Amino acid sequence: MSTSDVAVPHYHDRVVRQFSIMTVVWGLVGMTVGVFIAAELLWPALNMDVPWLTYSHLRPLHTNAVIFAFGGSGLFATSYWVVQRTCRAPLFLPKLAAFTFWGWQVVILAAAITLPLGMTQGKEYAELEWPIDLLIAVVWVAYAVVFFGTIAKRTVSHIYVANWFYGSFIIAVAVLHIVNSAAIPISLTKSYSLYGGAVDAMVQWWYGHNAVGFFLTAGFLGMMYYFVPKQAGRPIYSYRLSVVHFWALISVYMWAGPHHLMYTALPDWAQSLGMVFSLILLAPSWGGMINGIMTLSGAWHKLRDDPILKFLIVSLSFYGMSTFEGPMMSIKTVNALSHYTDWTIGHVHSGALGWVAMITFGSIYALIPKLWNKPAMYSVPAINLHFWLATIGTVLYIVAMWIAGVMQGLMWRATEADGSLTYSFIESLKATYPFYAMRLAGGAIYLTGMLVMVWNVWKTIGPASEPQAVAAAEARA
Amino acid sequence: MSGFWHWVVIGITVAMMVGALWLLLANARGKQGSADTGHVWDDDLREYNNPLPRWWLNLFLITVIFGAAYLIFYPGLGNFAGRLGWSSQKQMQGDLDAYHAQRDRQFAAFHDLDVAALAADQKAVALGRGVFLNNCAGCHGADAHGALGFPNLSDKDWLYGGTPEAIVASITNGRGGTMPPFNGAIDAATVDALVRYVSHWNDPKLDPAVRERAQKQFAITCAACHGPDGHGNPLLGAPNLTDDIWLHGGTRERIRETILFGRHSQMPAHEKILTPDEIRVVAAYVYSLSQTDAKP
Repeated sequence: MSTSDVAVPHYHDRVVRQFSIMTVVWGLVGMTVGVFIAAELLWPALNMDVPWLTYSHLRPLHTNAVIFAFGGSGLFATSYWVVQRTCRAPLFLPKLAAFTFWGWQVVILAAAITLPLGMTQGKEYAELEWPIDLLIAVVWVAYAVVFFGTIAKRTVSHIYVANWFYGSFIIAVAVLHIVNSAAIPISLTKSYSLYGGAVDAMVQWWYGHNAVGFFLTAGFLGMMYYFVPKQAGRPIYSYRLSVVHFWALISVYMWAGPHHLMYTALPDWAQSLGMVFSLILLAPSWGGMINGIMTLSGAWHKLRDDPILKFLIVSLSFYGMSTFEGPMMSIKTVNALSHYTDWTIGHVHSGALGWVAMITFGSIYALIPKLWNKPAMYSVPAINLHFWLATIGTVLYIVAMWIAGVMQGLMWRATEADGSLTYSFIESLKATYPFYAMRLAGGAIYLTGMLVMVWNVWKTIGPASEPQAVAAAEARA
Repeated sequence: MSGFWHWVVIGITVAMMVGALWLLLANARGKQGSADTGHVWDDDLREYNNPLPRWWLNLFLITVIFGAAYLIFYPGLGNFAGRLGWSSQKQMQGDLDAYHAQRDRQFAAFHDLDVAALAADQKAVALGRGVFLNNCAGCHGADAHGALGFPNLSDKDWLYGGTPEAIVASITNGRGGTMPPFNGAIDAATVDALVRYVSHWNDPKLDPAVRERAQKQFAITCAACHGPDGHGNPLLGAPNLTDDIWLHGGTRERIRETILFGRHSQMPAHEKILTPDEIRVVAAYVYSLSQTDAKP
């Protein structure tokens, strides 16, 4: 950071460094578990008859680790960095920010212990039991206080667009988490949801889809709105577009949950509204993609030499692709085919691997040299290698799941002339095996890229790295 | 839903759509290449203020218009059923009716034939196999060879009789087979004797003292159902104990478990799941399996 400019306050970056490192660590852990359970689908004996190594126990560990540990740490790190820079103010209550770091790590460790033991509320992406839920709520409120307190202390008049998205993500996740996790405890490790039947399902998927909408979309759009223009050295394409797509996105996302419950006990009117607003969500989603990609117009050549920019822009392409796919899958007739198949898994991973993880990789690569006062990452070719491994891994993964999903859907609905089913379920499972192998290969390639990142980060900031360009920035504290 | 919530749903939905349109149209104007907004953050972050891309604006409008039209034709606005009168239940009933009509056409040809004649008709047997795979294979296996607790239907051994009439009765009304538990009612040494006797019915090497002790107990507690000679009773579904076919396993451990704790087997009734024609056709398929020596 520039020491000559007196207007620049002293930013609190210790917590940003901590969260950045944990982003990389949890990314490695979460993706390793993912590859392991993908292998279990192919070779179930890999669970070695140990209950806590079974697919059912490790699958929620994988999802929680990649979404909340890896993605969450990435969001904490970048939001704390971005809100200070764009508000030109140090973090409000830095000790509270430190608490959010340690609190969040305790939540993750508690998840890593309780989920394999089988302690679960049984709600997807909200599996953690009530004592951990309470800690999440406390950490999250502290996060909101730090973030909005910093915004209140800002020394520039306008609030930068990235902060709108980070802010909406923080508020929405607090509301979603508290409402959906409301439960009646019967012991320290077991509770029952406050809601019953179809209402419980609706609350769960209102939460579930908005976890996608706010945690995995709005939050990462905040990341995008800072790191894309910063890395490209170009102004944001359109302020007007960011206003329109921000308000449209956050208001319409709230409606999309029922598309997870098509052709279920949920009343028809709710299913229809879920489908209609999922379709309307297409344009607001694409608004973010357009604004990010068009920011590069006039500087396309930078894509050739800057692998960080490649990560950022390709992540936006995957974002556009999966936000087109999502509305299509919410159409009742498409959903009748795609629901319960691996197509859904493919859709989730085109968003998770292609969008969320890639924008995070790009942002963390941009951030780490700045955080440790290094001129650049240790190896730029390694970033490029990581980029190609991630891209190829994602494509292999989602293509495998597309084919598997459509095939499963067609096999399940195929009937004989007398109306009886043509295939038994086990036959569709058998037909899926080659695609499970392909998915495992894609995941393994993606994980290899993550290992390259770990090595590169270690070489950049580890004990054997180059001495700091500007020594002891912290000493100014 | 009550009138209040009906209007709440309509109100919020319409407000959302009108709000989206207002947001779009209020921001639709703007000049290409206009200078940036003049705001600067973090030294070098600026914003242009390009107009909304026209194709994007149109895409947004089309989805909102489509959504509004959809809600006129399909249920969505509270209690309003939609102009088309569609509901997921009606759709399912329609699919089900079409399926039933198709099925009845298929079965019409076999309406007047008895089960033995159907078993000789390849088309009927193929149709019956389809019914079997969809309704029976879950327990009896795709090859009808059964599993532990679920009888093999492809051999000539029958718990409740293997005539066409008995098979149809088993499918239509189901069967419940109960072996009562004798834990505590028979002393341990006698149970041991029974286990050895039952598993070596015709073995001349069985210790005569054991055989005598077991036979005495068998006459008291077992013969009523399994018959004095152990050949079973199809009226009760009591299995023949003298052959090598064991519904719940023929090892000494399994037999001991059966005597001590009893068994309960349930074949569900299918009279409300399948039509009489389907039952006769699937019975014919099952019957055909035991009429040849070649296994399917």
